[in-house]
Amino acid sequence: MQAEQMEQPIESTVYPKKEVKGNNPNKRSKMNRFKSELKRGKHYYILMAPYMIIFSLFTVVPVIVSLFLSFFSFNMLELPQFVGWGNYSRLFLSDDVFMIALKNTLVFAVITGPLSYLACFIFAWIINELSPKIRAFMTVIFYAPSIAGNVFFIWLIIFSGDAYGYLNGFLMRTGIILEPIQWLRDEQYVLGVVILVQLWLSLGTSFLAFIAGLQTIDHSLVEAGAVDGIKNRWQELWYITLPSMKPQLLFGAVLQITQSFAVADISIALAGFPSVNYAAHTVVTHLMDYGTIRFEMGYASAIATVLFGLMLGTNMLIQKLLRKVGT
Amino acid sequence: MALIKKRLNRSLPVSLMLFLFLALFGAFMALPLVYAVNNAFKPLDELFIFPPRFFVRNPTFDNFFDLVAVMGDSWVPLSRYFFNTIVITLFGTVGHIILASMAAYPLAKYKFPGSSAIFRVVVLSLMFSPHVTAIPNYMVMSRLGWIDTHLSLIVPAMAFPLGLFLMKQFMEQLPDAMLEAAKIDGASEYRIFWKIVMPNVKPAWLTLLILQFPVLWGTNGGDFVYSEELKTLNYALQQIILGGIARAGVGAAVALILMVVPITLFIISQSNVIQTMSSSGMKD
Repeated sequence: MQAEQMEQPIESTVYPKKEVKGNNPNKRSKMNRFKSELKRGKHYYILMAPYMIIFSLFTVVPVIVSLFLSFFSFNMLELPQFVGWGNYSRLFLSDDVFMIALKNTLVFAVITGPLSYLACFIFAWIINELSPKIRAFMTVIFYAPSIAGNVFFIWLIIFSGDAYGYLNGFLMRTGIILEPIQWLRDEQYVLGVVILVQLWLSLGTSFLAFIAGLQTIDHSLVEAGAVDGIKNRWQELWYITLPSMKPQLLFGAVLQITQSFAVADISIALAGFPSVNYAAHTVVTHLMDYGTIRFEMGYASAIATVLFGLMLGTNMLIQKLLRKVGT
Repeated sequence: MALIKKRLNRSLPVSLMLFLFLALFGAFMALPLVYAVNNAFKPLDELFIFPPRFFVRNPTFDNFFDLVAVMGDSWVPLSRYFFNTIVITLFGTVGHIILASMAAYPLAKYKFPGSSAIFRVVVLSLMFSPHVTAIPNYMVMSRLGWIDTHLSLIVPAMAFPLGLFLMKQFMEQLPDAMLEAAKIDGASEYRIFWKIVMPNVKPAWLTLLILQFPVLWGTNGGDFVYSEELKTLNYALQQIILGGIARAGVGAAVALILMVVPITLFIISQSNVIQTMSSSGMKD
């Protein structure tokens, strides 16, 4: 009996999550309740404050400032001058290099986005079939490149343009080519090389999320499926595995999409900055060009805003599509 | 087949084909890294041999000694680059883990005015890369007077949104009963956070560590650090590589140091990281 009596007050102090749902038609008491909620939440606001101050300062405010600045002409020295849609019309109508950058970025995103997402899933799926020790080993092998820092410079040696580059050396010795190919200086190849190395580096956080998601699938579901007539691994994958992993699949999609639009460092490291005839120029390197070299901050902000729109728009669209799968 | 778990719906030939596929791509993933490791131990004559040899024949530590010699008498000693990288990585990661956990706890366990909006903004910020904010960031940094200081690298790293997201998802799994019990005993929110929540989310700390550590460990100083004596190890590596063929051995040694540390950390913390990631999903 005593225990029952105690439960009431505990519920209401410890479980504010439930309490919020109680509806109160009176407007004044609503205000009061809001105030008391704010008061009760005081400790929570204090706990969140340090993170949120830094987060606002370096993420939220910059996004807003960037949107705002994209309508100005600004060089960091003189006062900003309002130019309306001027930056955007210049960007889309008269900046040929931006068009190349945009095209390259879209090519990168369309190829590396889906391919890296698929690779993350397929490798995680096969690795999950292995015994725990080998599984741990293979996870390290596939995940290591994404955290190995600057090791992708090894690819510079492989794709080096002279006869001593490993790929050239190999192809020449086997007689497939007679003269060395300038892998990183020839417009024909450079984009492909950057895509390859980007893919090599792209099995990151989403790969781990998929491995984790696969391990938590309820095995009784698989057994029940077998009773219901699932015969092979492909049916199991489609009817049981994928639907059970939906949250991880959504999470992985966000990370891979954002990454696939942000290709820049690898392009600069492999193809140079600027690359030959802008063959590996991306929206991000274009942004760096105007932001950190030419100091046309308003124009660079317009580029950043376009990039922001591209990333956010694609993410939203894909989230919507993925949520529909299997419902 | 001891290698393969016995499971329903599996046929051996398909399994073998899939494993072959995995092994092939595994080799593609691993070879550049194995090669980088081998290079670090090659004596000079083996580094420049043509056609190149993949594995080292006569392993030596010469490259590491050369590294110390080359950088010891340069203007900024190598130890300085090491020190800078360690300071940035240490403060950035530890600060990130603490601040993100502090922010994640209320978001995971309570509902209060603004909580869901705040979390939505954090999720939204996963959907674009930091490049978008690079230009205003410069202005914020110069306003704060942080240009050319380590703060410009350490402080923004503390508010890395992915860390908050994963920590919040993981904390949601903590049983409410545990927190209730502490509240009945009269513990304050801060005490509960520090004494009960934090010790119970160790796997998530390690995950935040493994995500943040390589970023900071591999930073080349970014756009905001100009002074040579504030630059990082990765910057030194880039300079050595630019130095050309004469420094190939030294470059290989630095590259090895840069890659071994994060990979070792991951090997140690792998099971914890996977445990955290299982709660990473986006439910809605």
